[in-house]
Amino acid sequence: MAEKDFTPNRFVAPRAAGSRFRSAYEHPLPVRLCHWLNTVSLFVMAASGLRIFRAFPSFGAKVPQRDFLNVPASLTLGGWLGGGLQWHLTFAWLYIVTGVTYLGYQILSGNFRQALFVPRDVPGVWPMIRHYFFFGYKPPQTEAYNPLQKMAYTSAILLGALSFLTGIVLFNPVQFSFLASLMGGFHWARVWHFGVLGALVLFVVGHLVMVVLHGWNNFMSMLSGWKRDPEYLP
Amino acid sequence: MTDSPNAVSAKSLNRRELLKLSPLLIFGAFAIPRVRDPLLTAGVAFSDWASARWFRRNHLAPTFGDSDLTPLDKFYVNTYDKDDPEVDLENWTLTVTGDVQRPGEYTLGQVQSLPKFTQNTRHICVEGWDVIGRFGGARITDFLQHVGANLNAKFLYVECADDYYESIDMATALHSQSLLCYEMYDQPLTREHGAPLRLRMPAKIGYKQAKYLTTLRVTDVLPKAGYWEDQGYPAYYGL
Repeated sequence: MAEKDFTPNRFVAPRAAGSRFRSAYEHPLPVRLCHWLNTVSLFVMAASGLRIFRAFPSFGAKVPQRDFLNVPASLTLGGWLGGGLQWHLTFAWLYIVTGVTYLGYQILSGNFRQALFVPRDVPGVWPMIRHYFFFGYKPPQTEAYNPLQKMAYTSAILLGALSFLTGIVLFNPVQFSFLASLMGGFHWARVWHFGVLGALVLFVVGHLVMVVLHGWNNFMSMLSGWKRDPEYLP
Repeated sequence: MTDSPNAVSAKSLNRRELLKLSPLLIFGAFAIPRVRDPLLTAGVAFSDWASARWFRRNHLAPTFGDSDLTPLDKFYVNTYDKDDPEVDLENWTLTVTGDVQRPGEYTLGQVQSLPKFTQNTRHICVEGWDVIGRFGGARITDFLQHVGANLNAKFLYVECADDYYESIDMATALHSQSLLCYEMYDQPLTREHGAPLRLRMPAKIGYKQAKYLTTLRVTDVLPKAGYWEDQGYPAYYGL
């Protein structure tokens, strides 16, 4: 742990005999576990949430009802409103537990520094966008995550927290009436809850595109924890 | 820099590490209906339990000014079967049974002789829409005392003229905003909104607000949880 730039719990494996690879330990087990369990619960929450939304696909009045969006039944889970509710109210707990465990681990271990977007990352965001979208040169990668990645991951965690807060207001708007009032009441909490879903879908799409572009090695690192030959290693 | 536990070759790592995904196979249980249904039922029951745990007896649901009211003609009439079960309003009585000292038939006049409370509160449907309505009636807690109910019983169970039925936990029934409602918008309940008497509890979801009440039972044991609950909706569903 000599280099200052490395986060506290990053390990670099010695080169195996005859191998030209070196590996770095990027994702501790609790992070990987929470990542995959949360992935499952997020998909279930989105699909069952859309099933619930189909019961009243509007953000306006009930009388007269003007539908905002008709979600195809094939994208939904639960078969009917009651079924959608059952999936939603069951997997919400897995979603919350994995989210809280992840946050707790990241904070207590100090591992959050690897992913937390901080002010000094701001100047590096635009060069990465230019690289990805406008074929600019690729800025050298000095850490596990580049500034744009940090921004995306930090946003995703905030969105996760918001999905929980808006969701608990929809579930119990009277007990959490103070939270509800911060959101503009039950009616608006529903709008926010849906908006957070939209933002999370954008994140997941972007995340999957980047994982595919960066290949197998990157995907495996979220399974084993080890990233083979990361470019930031000296 | 070389303080890692071991050096591993990339190939064996891949296969072994893929196996680490195998715990995700437990989610396969959710593909088998016989396993899935009890799991989902347990998930809903746990949500209900948590919701009942953080229910606060003295916490009031938000109330609204008259200018926030949804006009009565925009207050959606929601029924599971028919809008008007043709209740004989002249001869209607509420049959009170179960764990009460004075069971029997109660007239609307007897309900109306209790102190009247009027409140503008939000009615929220499980489907996701909401309206703000003006409701007037007697507190359920006053009526329960009037009939000498055992307030330590667990539930109220009500039946309706349209064969709908519902259950309410005692803590919510005793909430000061929970009403036996006989007025909406300062007028006697219309038939489609549940004449002559309905439940109105701002701390409960819409399908719990049973209309056209005919019987009320105070009980520790529920024969059934409710029309929708028995098909899979949450049985407690407090707001």
